[in-house]
Amino acid sequence: MVARRSVLELIGDTPLVEVSELSPNPAARLFVKLEGQNPGGSVKDRVALAMVEDAEKAGLLRPGDGDQVLVEPSSGNTGIGLALVCRVKGYHLKVVLPSSVSPERRQLLDVWGAEVIESPGQEGSNGAVRIARELAAAHPEWVFLYQYANHANPRTHYERTGPEIWRDCPEVTHFVAGLGTSGTLLGAGRYLKQCNPAVQIWAVEPPAGETVDGLRSLDEGFIPPIFEELGGATLLDRKIVVRPRESIEWVRRLADVGIFAGLSTGAAMAGAAKCATQLQDGEEAAIVVVSADGGWKYLSSGAWTGDIDEVAERARSTLYF
Amino acid sequence: MAVAVEVRLPTVLRPQAGGQSTVTVEASTIGDVLRQLVSEYPGMSGQLLNADGSLHRFVNVYVNDDDVRYLDALETPVKEGDEVSLLPAVAGG
Repeated sequence: MVARRSVLELIGDTPLVEVSELSPNPAARLFVKLEGQNPGGSVKDRVALAMVEDAEKAGLLRPGDGDQVLVEPSSGNTGIGLALVCRVKGYHLKVVLPSSVSPERRQLLDVWGAEVIESPGQEGSNGAVRIARELAAAHPEWVFLYQYANHANPRTHYERTGPEIWRDCPEVTHFVAGLGTSGTLLGAGRYLKQCNPAVQIWAVEPPAGETVDGLRSLDEGFIPPIFEELGGATLLDRKIVVRPRESIEWVRRLADVGIFAGLSTGAAMAGAAKCATQLQDGEEAAIVVVSADGGWKYLSSGAWTGDIDEVAERARSTLYF
Repeated sequence: MAVAVEVRLPTVLRPQAGGQSTVTVEASTIGDVLRQLVSEYPGMSGQLLNADGSLHRFVNVYVNDDDVRYLDALETPVKEGDEVSLLPAVAGG
């Protein structure tokens, strides 16, 4: 190990750890990729760095010009990753953040000096997207990286996350990750399918739509442009929804093997467990799960120590993805 | 053969079903479930199915938590005791 010149060089190359003792099926090995080990604490550090460097290469952002402003909608992790990158590089970041996120997300944005613009919590991330787009249209001088439509997002997972998984677990049969912007699944998933077309790509979603009660009609729904442009519906083999209670049960199981992970990891593990139980007789599997972040930002949820019914009920009204 | 299936509705569709969060319909496929819903609650017309009968792009339909677009879409069979959930497509990240 050599000393790095910048903390930004520590982004990526995260560890993969086997947790097969948690598998409900002895024929299915389970591996978790710990994206919480990134310096900003989540998988989104990769996306933040890739989008900023891409914008610098394209001349949209000029390193050293401290007057430049970026605006981005985020339910937390992308905002935090961008805030870290922008702090180091000297850009001013405005994050449009739903008011319903956990308090730790807001605190971390404060740590990195990002400006927070609140969007209505009952509109979830869709509301943050709506307001950020309006702001970007009204301020063409601001740089709008827009993670949901920025191809640097899936590209960094194709160029880095996917190859890391293939290097560390070439026996992978199933890849399971959360579906937010779809960048991880599109990028790493496509890379793994190219390495071995038999690899199954499973997307896991939180039931966020149950609590996003500010939508006036389904026509206000949202599909990330990158998902449609890059053929997400063709790439995915399965998509399942995981409810808060199962997510909490799984973060508690992960603690048994020393992994302190966020609620979306719990959801992804629940998806992996479902995958493990659906194998055919005689079929063996190596299931790789992306742990998007560590547990730090979820401590206020009481996920590890609280009464599970109360925690699950609280989780329904807080945006964690 | 049609069986009784419980359908969980998202907040955005509940007003069209008199405020109910779950309703029960008789159906043998997911397509049947959605057509029954539109028939019983006409306010949902245009929100679940397009004019050509295909699934609206902003509605996700799950049978026992599995998105039917990655099963057999509207032809996905339902059996006694299955739970169907409808959720709007929302952003994350």
